[in-house]
Amino acid sequence: MSGTILAPESEDALAAAVAAAASAGEPLAIEGNGSKRALLRPVQAARTLSTRGLTGITLYRPQELILSARAGTPLPEVEAALAEKGQHLIAEPPALTALFGAGTPPTIGGLVATNLSGPRRISGGAMRDHVMGIRAVSGTGEVFRSGGRVLKNVTGLDLCKLLTGAHGTLGVIAEVTLKVLPAPAATGSVAVRVADLAAGVKALSAGLGSPYGVSGAALLPAGWQGRPGPLALLRIEEFSESVAYRTARLQEDLAALGEVSLVEDAESRALWAAVREAEPLGATPDDAVWRVSVKPTEGPGVVAATGLGKALLDWGGGLVWLAGPATPTAHARVVAAAQAAGGTFTLFRAPEPLRAAVAVLPEEPAPLAAIGRRVKAVLDPKGILNPGRMRAGV
Amino acid sequence: MIRLPDPKAGVLARREEIIAALRGLVPGGPLGEGVISEPLRLKPYETDGLSAYRQPPLAVVLPQTTQQVADVLRYCHANGIRVVPRGAGTSLSGGALPLEDAVVIGLMRMNRILEVDYANRLAVVEAGVTNLGITAEVASDGFFYAPDPSSQLACMIGGNVMMNSGGAHCLKYGVTANNLLGLTFVTIEGEVVRIGGEHLDAAGYDWLGLITGSEGQLGIVTEVTVRILRAAEGQRAMLAAFKGTEIAGQAVDAIIGSGIIPVALEFMDRPCIHACEAFAHAGYPLDAEAMLIIEVEGSVEEQDLLLGKLKDICARFDPISLKVAQTAEESLAIWKGRKGAFGAVGRISPDYLCMDGTIPTGELPFVLKRIGEMSAEYGLQVANVFHAGDGNLHPLIMFDANNPESFHKAEAFGADILKLCVEVGGCLTGEHGVGVEKRDLMGVQFTRDELRLQRAIKSAFDPAWLLNPAKVFPLEDNPVLQHAA
Repeated sequence: MSGTILAPESEDALAAAVAAAASAGEPLAIEGNGSKRALLRPVQAARTLSTRGLTGITLYRPQELILSARAGTPLPEVEAALAEKGQHLIAEPPALTALFGAGTPPTIGGLVATNLSGPRRISGGAMRDHVMGIRAVSGTGEVFRSGGRVLKNVTGLDLCKLLTGAHGTLGVIAEVTLKVLPAPAATGSVAVRVADLAAGVKALSAGLGSPYGVSGAALLPAGWQGRPGPLALLRIEEFSESVAYRTARLQEDLAALGEVSLVEDAESRALWAAVREAEPLGATPDDAVWRVSVKPTEGPGVVAATGLGKALLDWGGGLVWLAGPATPTAHARVVAAAQAAGGTFTLFRAPEPLRAAVAVLPEEPAPLAAIGRRVKAVLDPKGILNPGRMRAGV
Repeated sequence: MIRLPDPKAGVLARREEIIAALRGLVPGGPLGEGVISEPLRLKPYETDGLSAYRQPPLAVVLPQTTQQVADVLRYCHANGIRVVPRGAGTSLSGGALPLEDAVVIGLMRMNRILEVDYANRLAVVEAGVTNLGITAEVASDGFFYAPDPSSQLACMIGGNVMMNSGGAHCLKYGVTANNLLGLTFVTIEGEVVRIGGEHLDAAGYDWLGLITGSEGQLGIVTEVTVRILRAAEGQRAMLAAFKGTEIAGQAVDAIIGSGIIPVALEFMDRPCIHACEAFAHAGYPLDAEAMLIIEVEGSVEEQDLLLGKLKDICARFDPISLKVAQTAEESLAIWKGRKGAFGAVGRISPDYLCMDGTIPTGELPFVLKRIGEMSAEYGLQVANVFHAGDGNLHPLIMFDANNPESFHKAEAFGADILKLCVEVGGCLTGEHGVGVEKRDLMGVQFTRDELRLQRAIKSAFDPAWLLNPAKVFPLEDNPVLQHAA
């Protein structure tokens, strides 16, 4: 963590802080509550600029399915406001406080900056799909907007997408406007006990390829919470009549693939909350944690190729959480497995020496990397925003 | 008429040489010539779905492979030649309008479906495959490609990516950007790069998201990896007609507030109802001021349950009529008028402008009232269809193309509507794109500095502004285009 923390309480003050740093050529570590400092590469900066002072929901129109909040608003505050009106965040972003050992909850701006999505990503889309508008401060201290506060908008280049998942390297997000949806009245899951991961993904694919609107599809490792397994878990979120009907149909359809059972509302919610937070991965504090994204049928092969014992598959098998020794050798195996499967990887959590020593994200093809450097030069010409966070020297 | 940048005299002077070079890069084949240059045969390419604007290009190239696209771009880049990408030419914002000194790169011959993978729910297709062509390929197995712009029979997936196309069902299924996994992308230098892949959420900058909807400003897309979805068991529609637009708007709020997200929620105003009824004889109530078409999905029992709840909600708003389809045929009958809306308006007035602003849904009654007043002031009829769930408004302004004054009035009326959309918190375009049509209104939505920033991002991809120039960004204030000639 970097020494001084600046936490401006207005967008103007945020812009002034960035402008001053730009004039002085001083790099800034950008964060919300700092709950994911151990994500990606360590940032070398004497000062940290936090958005934690920029809080509050600025607009919430449940009938228009739109919510705007300042970047530093804690996730629980946003979720509570939505729950009061029976709505929720579509991408089901995880807090991951257990994984990162942070005492504070993530901020909504931080979740957008890291584009973190939970189990519902497979059906409802990622955080990046629901960012309808953004206000941000560029690396020169200039405030700019993209998008707006409506659900359909193709006016101009979509800088919301560019900033989402850019980890604060292209702008400091000051405020976000998100599409939200009614929360389901009920939920239920079907569990299929399978012989191995490949059979599990087959069950998940069958469920996702059914007409029943499966909204979560994960593979729980054998032995987690003393359960038999592996267990393919498929979620339905609907009105209660539909949950009953669709889980019954799924049980029929999937019966040939393994022993099926129904997981009722409360237990289903608890299981998916655990999947969302990657608890079944069973990562110990010393483990490094990786997130690999591949096409679902490649998931089991990735797990096998890495030789790491701890794995959790979500998103139908396409999101592979892995945990294991924090060594360059283990990292190299994960990278090789992800690339052989045509996918992408993130070194999600690791002790600082490893994070600083290896590529935590895949390298980009040269033409794209060149475009990336030019885009970075447009939005952060002095290179002061989170330098080195995503890639060494950028 | 919209202003286009001065053609580059040097390029025009070298026309024959350029055409010969392009023929070398894209030779003819069984499908015909690879390069079109005769004035008469350039005619079909001089305009797109915004037919009020016309400009024949220098030449049209019809590549059949990504490599040919790359070769053409590398040549054009080396020679400072502007290019305009084109799919089916259905853009309603003039996105594919040529320039006199530009080479149009038409992707319609790249129309192969390369891969369908049900286990991973994806398809890899070339840019010239039609939107409906993807669904047609997978429909017999119960799957579909979700975004459904009304031009879906003709429009091509490459164009959909470039414009981030929507449709009537995006309230539930999202727009193009939400249904993509990867692209094959060719830079202006002719470099071929893979963006994304067959997996979700590539780590690193979201180039896929930035390129989607970039209107051909950043590069050319030759292949697209789309998500395909299993279709629901069935769907059924209902119709609800109301005495006023305000009360219909309240019904929409109540529906969303109930926790039901219909798969489609379409709103038509009185002029639109009348036009559609005269055209399609769908049985629409002619005494209504506003009408909703609401569609739900699921098993028959689930449809009954949801339609029952929706009927109860609508009944609270003093409806003139409520009609719940009992069969698939009755659903089609309800949709028949709406789907024919553009044709119906075309029957009343052969020429119309289809606008495309988005507004916060709560502003609908006010916006419709103001559009009504403006219609009287301009002396031009307007009919409104509206994707009510997501706030995307399509006013159809009727005019007489043979009367230049009528056309200019229609343009001014359209601009006023879009300004109104921005004033009430919305935007200039929900799904048609900026193109040339709304280019000069960009200053209404964005500050000069914000536009400068967006232009600089384009420059990061295309420093010499050879890719579809004169679209999206106002010509004023643009040093590259001013001095390009």
